[in-house]
Amino acid sequence: MSTAQEKPETPYNFAYLDEQTKRMIRRAILKAVAIPGYQVPFASREMPMPYGWGTGGVQVTASLIGPDDVLKVIDQGADDTTNAVSIRSFFAKVAGVKTTTHTKEASLIQTRHRVPEMPLSENQILVYQVPIPEPLRFLEPRETETRLMHALEEYGLMHVKLYEDIARHGHIATTYAYPVKVEGRYVMDPSPIPKFDNPKLTNSPALQLFGAGREKRIYALPPYTRVESLDFEDHPFRVQEFSEPCGLCGASGVYLDEVILDDHGGRMFVCSDTDHCEGRREAGHRGHLAGAMGAPGAEAAE
Amino acid sequence: MKADALSGGFFDPVFGAQAVFRALLRALSRPGEIENLPGLVRPPTPLNPAAAAVIACLADADTPIFLDRPLAESEAVRDWIGFHIGAPIVSLAGRATFAVISDPEKMPPLADFWLGTEEYPDRSTTLVLQVTGFEGSRTLTLQGPGIAETSALAPDPLPARLIGQLEENRRIFPRGVDIVFASRHAIAGLPRSTRILNGAA
Ligand SMILES: [Zn+2]
Repeated sequence: MSTAQEKPETPYNFAYLDEQTKRMIRRAILKAVAIPGYQVPFASREMPMPYGWGTGGVQVTASLIGPDDVLKVIDQGADDTTNAVSIRSFFAKVAGVKTTTHTKEASLIQTRHRVPEMPLSENQILVYQVPIPEPLRFLEPRETETRLMHALEEYGLMHVKLYEDIARHGHIATTYAYPVKVEGRYVMDPSPIPKFDNPKLTNSPALQLFGAGREKRIYALPPYTRVESLDFEDHPFRVQEFSEPCGLCGASGVYLDEVILDDHGGRMFVCSDTDHCEGRREAGHRGHLAGAMGAPGAEAAE
Repeated sequence: MKADALSGGFFDPVFGAQAVFRALLRALSRPGEIENLPGLVRPPTPLNPAAAAVIACLADADTPIFLDRPLAESEAVRDWIGFHIGAPIVSLAGRATFAVISDPEKMPPLADFWLGTEEYPDRSTTLVLQVTGFEGSRTLTLQGPGIAETSALAPDPLPARLIGQLEENRRIFPRGVDIVFASRHAIAGLPRSTRILNGAA
């Protein structure tokens, strides 16, 4: 239908999607922005990658991206996983855009399971890949019912589930995809980011968009939107704390991954956000195990 | 069909639509901010270029458009929309995905448009209100998602009765319409989530 509009000199539509599909997704994105936290249904398209690879985020990015954008793609905080590399090279090919691994250089950041450590700016858009957008799904499998629960703000069951955690574990055991309430209205799944990242969602200068391909939903947090993690007066929301700083760059107050060093139980904690860690090491910061992994930047210090 | 209906679409359909969409996205995610939208299309009057660019970016055969009387009575405008956008033109405001209003002083009340349901609040009209500029005599003070503290917006014209209707539109959240003000070469967004602090009351 829109083939007459495509650029003739390339075998691809710009950014892969045809113009009619982009219009449909763009309409959904604008409604998502107007109703923060509400999941807008959209007609998700087949993408040249499996669903587990973030096709929802890819379709949102494809509908946004233009020739002036600089794209960063992260997977669990890292720019160099197979998933991140494939999505980045996909857009370099079908949109011809510049890509980067540096958070501060990016105008568009597509992410799976993390929010960058560096505070984002008003000129950036963060696109989340979402596997299961419905925070009430595990309480109620029927879409018609969860839709009604959102319509009626019937979120009591969600609190009951969290309280059962407390009864069983003495604290809220949910550590990923920890539900939030948006502007006091919609309960929203922030995607499987660690709850450590939840405080970065509120009042962010950057626009945040969420795309679920298999489940065909788009939702949004406009900049400067109030986002609260669900909790209880006697059990307030708390983020994970780490007992030691990053072994490579010495950072504390960041999300760390545990890395096994050898067969004898040797291990270390390192930044999950690889760009943040490399930036700190380039600036001269050293962790107590900076030589242990032979990591780039570590040699220079020795 | 007049000849001028055939010209004046996006100079570049792909990148033109992309540029307009990003301006729209910024406008609706930062209410009060003015986004420049320099001449990307050349529509027949009284349809203005920014309003035309907005519907050319978003509308198509799947999205019925409501036009206010001066626009609906222009054969050139109807032909231009038919040729470049392909959207059906509807006379019932409550059936429209998009509405373009050339004369905000005489527009139907906001409550006449498609307001969505509690289950599907996204299924509602996006209105494009043509204005002469953003330095009008009434300044709205805005607060809500997309706004760090407060922001200001002074579309010209801004009919007094529209202010009350905007407050009512906020009261029925998450239902409601979303508004894009369009001067000839700039747009500003007023999504349903925005609260007006200095309203009619
Ligand atoms: Zn580190």
